[in-house]
Amino acid sequence: MTFAKIGSMMFGGGMAMLPLLQRELVDNKKWVTEEEILDYYAIGQCTPGIIAVNTATFVGRKRKGLPGGIAATLGVVFPSIVIITIIAAFLSNFADIKAVKDAFAAIRVCVCVLILNSVIKLGKKTVVDAPTAVIFVLVVAGMLLLDVSPVLFVIGGALCGIVIKSLGVGKK
Amino acid sequence: MMLLTLYWEFFKTGLFAVGGGLATLPFLKAMGAQYGWFTQAQLVDMVAVSEATPGPIGVNMATYVGFTHAGIPGAVVATLGLITPSIIIILIVASVLQKFRSNKYVEMGFYGMRPVSTGLIAAALIGLMIICLFGAGSIKDFAQTAVFAPKPLILFAALMVLTNIKKVKDLHPILFIAVSAVIGIIFNYSE
Repeated sequence: MTFAKIGSMMFGGGMAMLPLLQRELVDNKKWVTEEEILDYYAIGQCTPGIIAVNTATFVGRKRKGLPGGIAATLGVVFPSIVIITIIAAFLSNFADIKAVKDAFAAIRVCVCVLILNSVIKLGKKTVVDAPTAVIFVLVVAGMLLLDVSPVLFVIGGALCGIVIKSLGVGKK
Repeated sequence: MMLLTLYWEFFKTGLFAVGGGLATLPFLKAMGAQYGWFTQAQLVDMVAVSEATPGPIGVNMATYVGFTHAGIPGAVVATLGLITPSIIIILIVASVLQKFRSNKYVEMGFYGMRPVSTGLIAAALIGLMIICLFGAGSIKDFAQTAVFAPKPLILFAALMVLTNIKKVKDLHPILFIAVSAVIGIIFNYSE
């Protein structure tokens, strides 16, 4: 299915896939409209799980119902499984070479920079007012100082959101 | 048994990681600490490999962890664990799309969940920076074990500036990773 092709072309995760999806699904296959894609994408982003997987499930379901949803999703993950398995199989053999160690020592620094940039970008979208800023700070502190599962914070955050909004605090 | 644990752990990650991609990072970090399936440094390597290969980062990470601990069945099982919650939730949401989007409690919940997700990633990042930039074990023994070596700090600062300059910042992350790899080899970063 087309989703296998998209899966194999998507570098760098989630956001990288929007333009590709538009070209494949809207322009070439005409399976969904531009607006539908954006809708799916927005929902994919605010439901748990991988955005690409969520979007694939959505489009697949619309086309062919339940089997379509599952087939599209498997299509998206299949190329990753193959590619990563190959890399993982080789990587362990190379891990002791000095050049590889040097390269990865520097790559790790680069990854920290990339993640930091993502956090800043995400922060601008998710930390929008005083209550969300407080939640953000509490979560960072809690994760660093306590030995608690991240799951608890996610559930706690949802409850806080409901309470805060019900009380009418925060940006409308 | 191993396969079952892998499936369950990644199922939880898929269920609670809100916001895609890097949202899986804090869960993986906790997983590594709990089961010892990978070290924190290996986790960062995995992020790099995922950035540099096609496909969603979360799926790549699940495949990688699964494969290194239980071979190909492990890779498949971990990935399926990760995507199962998505499939179920999306299939449900898709059938009640309009209601879901306008439900005020769903909206309220997400209002509180989004900063949590960002906070979790930020905390995971701080933990990784302590390891990758200062070579310290964890935040608790930071004062004793931190090393202030100039090489990683200079690279960090340089990349931070580069990735925020207009035009340069839109380049594909794989380019920054490749340049870093070359710098690492030339200047012996592992020493």
